[in-house]
Amino acid sequence: MGPLENLPIGIDQFLCTVSFLIEIRLLLRRGVKLPLMGVEFGVLLSEIATSDAHGEDSPYFAGWKAYDEDPYDAVSNPSGVIQMGLAENQVSFYLLENYLEQHPEISNCESGISSFRENALFQDYHGLKTFRKAMASFMEQIRGGRAKFDPDRIVLTAGATAANELLTFILADPGDALLIPIPYYPGFDRDLRWRTGVHIIPVHCNGSNGFQITVKALEEAYAEAGAANIRVRGLLLTNPSNPLGTAITRSVLEEILDFATQKDINLISDEIYSGSVFSSAEFVSMAEIVEARGYENSDRVHIVYSLSKDLGLPGLRVGTIYSYNNKVVTTARRMSSFTLVSSQTQKMLASMLSDREFTENYIKTNRESLRKRHEYITEGLKNAGIECLQGNAGLFCWMNLGPLLEEPTREGELSLWNLILHEVKLNISPGSSCHCSEAGWFRVCFANMSQQTLDIALRRIHAFMEKRKTTKGQALR
Amino acid sequence: MTRTPSPESAGEEEKTAETWPSGGGGTAMRLVVPLQGVVQGRGGLVLGSLLPCALFYVLQLYLKRKNRSSSSSSAASAAASVSELPNGIPRTTSRGILSSKTSVGPAPISSRASSVAGPSDSPYYVGYKKCLEDPYHPASNSDGVMQLGLAENQLSLDLLRDWLAENLKDLALDGEEGNLSISGLATYQPFDGLMELKMAVAGFMSHVMQRSVSVNPSRIILAAGATPAIETLSFCLADPGDAFLVPSPYYPGFDRDIKWRTGIDLIPVPCRSIDNFSLNIATLERAYNQAKKRGIKVRAVLVSNPSNPVGNLLNRETLYDLLDFATAKNIHLISDEVYAGSIHGNVEFVSIAEVLQTQDFDRSRVHIIYGLSKDLSLPGFRVGVIYSFNEHVLAAASKFARFSSISAPTQHLLVSMLADSKFITRYIMQNKTRLQKMYALFVNALKQLGIECVKSSGGFYCWADMSKFIRPYSEKGELELWDKLLNVAKINITPGSSCHCIEPGWFRCCFTTLSEGDIPVVIQRMMIVINSHNNRR
Repeated sequence: MGPLENLPIGIDQFLCTVSFLIEIRLLLRRGVKLPLMGVEFGVLLSEIATSDAHGEDSPYFAGWKAYDEDPYDAVSNPSGVIQMGLAENQVSFYLLENYLEQHPEISNCESGISSFRENALFQDYHGLKTFRKAMASFMEQIRGGRAKFDPDRIVLTAGATAANELLTFILADPGDALLIPIPYYPGFDRDLRWRTGVHIIPVHCNGSNGFQITVKALEEAYAEAGAANIRVRGLLLTNPSNPLGTAITRSVLEEILDFATQKDINLISDEIYSGSVFSSAEFVSMAEIVEARGYENSDRVHIVYSLSKDLGLPGLRVGTIYSYNNKVVTTARRMSSFTLVSSQTQKMLASMLSDREFTENYIKTNRESLRKRHEYITEGLKNAGIECLQGNAGLFCWMNLGPLLEEPTREGELSLWNLILHEVKLNISPGSSCHCSEAGWFRVCFANMSQQTLDIALRRIHAFMEKRKTTKGQALR
Repeated sequence: MTRTPSPESAGEEEKTAETWPSGGGGTAMRLVVPLQGVVQGRGGLVLGSLLPCALFYVLQLYLKRKNRSSSSSSAASAAASVSELPNGIPRTTSRGILSSKTSVGPAPISSRASSVAGPSDSPYYVGYKKCLEDPYHPASNSDGVMQLGLAENQLSLDLLRDWLAENLKDLALDGEEGNLSISGLATYQPFDGLMELKMAVAGFMSHVMQRSVSVNPSRIILAAGATPAIETLSFCLADPGDAFLVPSPYYPGFDRDIKWRTGIDLIPVPCRSIDNFSLNIATLERAYNQAKKRGIKVRAVLVSNPSNPVGNLLNRETLYDLLDFATAKNIHLISDEVYAGSIHGNVEFVSIAEVLQTQDFDRSRVHIIYGLSKDLSLPGFRVGVIYSFNEHVLAAASKFARFSSISAPTQHLLVSMLADSKFITRYIMQNKTRLQKMYALFVNALKQLGIECVKSSGGFYCWADMSKFIRPYSEKGELELWDKLLNVAKINITPGSSCHCIEPGWFRCCFTTLSEGDIPVVIQRMMIVINSHNNRR
């Protein structure tokens, strides 16, 4: 102790400073600038802002980064990464282009100049009545007229992302949960949980029955929540399913609605791909089920729709919540002030979607084009020795690469995914990022590229599969 | 610098290091013995300092983890208390009651939503609704409700309309050169706005601030309006149960925009008429300390400059004081500057950004909210801005932006409009002239009725003193007058109580929704009510 008496600070003070500094390191994670060590903490951000609940560190988004760094281009970068991880619909662009060419007044807003005043000032969260009418009619046409939509129950939001988050805020408190069948769209982890503080409890679906939702699985998920003392507030379906590319059958929908009624929980039906079912007759909307039951117990049903997929216009940011519950409609409408659609966009689309001739033709042609693309890619994959889940909807197919895995685990799947990304130069989405319980499934988008690009992608897959066969053959000798 | 531990204490150290995570009965004794030694001063220097430090550290970790796991339940109760109890006393969540499923009714909605779902009895929204249902028009509905409760600038729409009429042909949607071409619109765009629009908006902001500020486009996050901009920023800066200090009277919309979904509370910091409703730092300090005593964590001060509803500008002195205050308390400073380009007085507008350019303050705590709804009269197009000097806020906000993105064609249209600098210069100048004229006319007209307004310099409204006409001199009296004005005179103005003003009798009257010819009508209608109110005395 003697020689240390003359030191400027004591050992204990030094050690306290050390533990202090360790704390500061922890605080650095909270986004803090430290001008001087241990003197000032700097200003803190919220927990949400510094959490990684945005999920952007998952492979789903890592693949996008790889694509951004080396994007395929037929002319300038023919060996680049082909983006097959983005569910965008570009096959029916030309229909929109033609329409706008023939109706310049829509884009030029000429007819709108006189009503510009109203347009510029319009920020009413009820939304433009003409636009809501047009949306209701469009949604009816997609369902072949088998369901009716009341324009006054339509609440507009800036995209389906906002619609899903808004519904979650309205239906659940922080700490509550939503049941969602797996595999599901990776974005849900962020959109439904991040700012809302709500949990997602997966409903397990297996490849053995084509990943169909069963009552048993629903009951199990519900019980799991109960055991963890978490209150379930709703069940969220995507119909047609993303990433499966299948429409849910009528009988299963009936069972699901019965389940929700029995447990007294909400039922959200995300039907953003409803216009992308290859054959109109194969899609059954929750709206049809509700109507068939005479709107009994319909207070718990809410439908989400958007123009990003079916109309291929994600840049416009147009989504809707359609609810059979008056309180939810009122609340959603008021809260939509955080996510309003530009009045200019509403006006433009109101004209376009009210044109029945255009919309009927568009819906029909779009379905057919998607069906053809789907057939093309599944045939191509079959020829390469790859099976897909039997799909009838969507902008993607659900491909089974299970047989290729070194080990039937998430790690095995991710190493295969990495291989395909960096060697075959295709960005596809691994099933694990969709929370699929079986390893080896991948979502492959086919509608966000030209036919030529799709050809090249298939050729690459073919070559990859061939190479594997010969390498395997060699290994076996 | 560390002394080599003596063999005896080294051995003890090892033992304690092993037993730390476990803490069972037998191992507890191994902890207790050296601790006893420390307390009795026998543990030696190293042990005597290391043990307490490490204990303290472990305690902190434990508390942090405990807070995180209970944050869901505390957040729920915080949300419930924020929405249901005006005095903010936290109460236990009613989850237990709700979860007994005996009812066969519709699935209940969340407590966050319940407060929103009910009929709105706030005068701000009641008046707004009445105007929508029965809007005044000089020709077609001269008996309708006159809207003086919505801060919308209708004075310069003709300028915008004319620009569109001239320029829209060149922006054809179908042409490839036209920047409204479909291929540009169709694909997913960056959620926090196109870089071209960020640059255009940065230029516009700099322009309206008399070019005294250079705005950096890469510090801009765009959102579908200032409403989501302020909410998103709030999500970044505070946790549920925390609070912002807000000088009052303040914009009634903040109660909705900030409190609804974030669970953040707003603590009004009253400003008084004797100070001309200017912010008093001592009052701010007092409010902060009171909050601290109640155990409420204040995360930011939110000021509006020009202020709403009063229309005051913050001077340089006050801005320095605010920065000092925020730095001393280690909190954020949010400056809502949506009316920066709507100055009608002959006073210089000073943005907080300008102060930061010249003085050495920690910028990472300063954030500005802006938008095109007020200064460019385009509320329908939904363009709001978060301008922050904090990298981490920008990173988080850009990810939150996906929930409130601006429609692509609107972005492209605005890029073109804002690029036309000749037009923008002319617009800003002419708009200012019209604002000045209307403000003068309206304030003078009110004077004829004996109503004085606070001398204000910005915004679309004036802050009128009608306290001599209310009876009793209380919020009740104020609301009675408001009700008469709305239902008898059919004029919608905003009562000070909606703005959390502590002095009764003040009203916000917007004049930018009026034409010159409307002013005498307003005065006449007001006179009837005021006279009858006087006669009742």
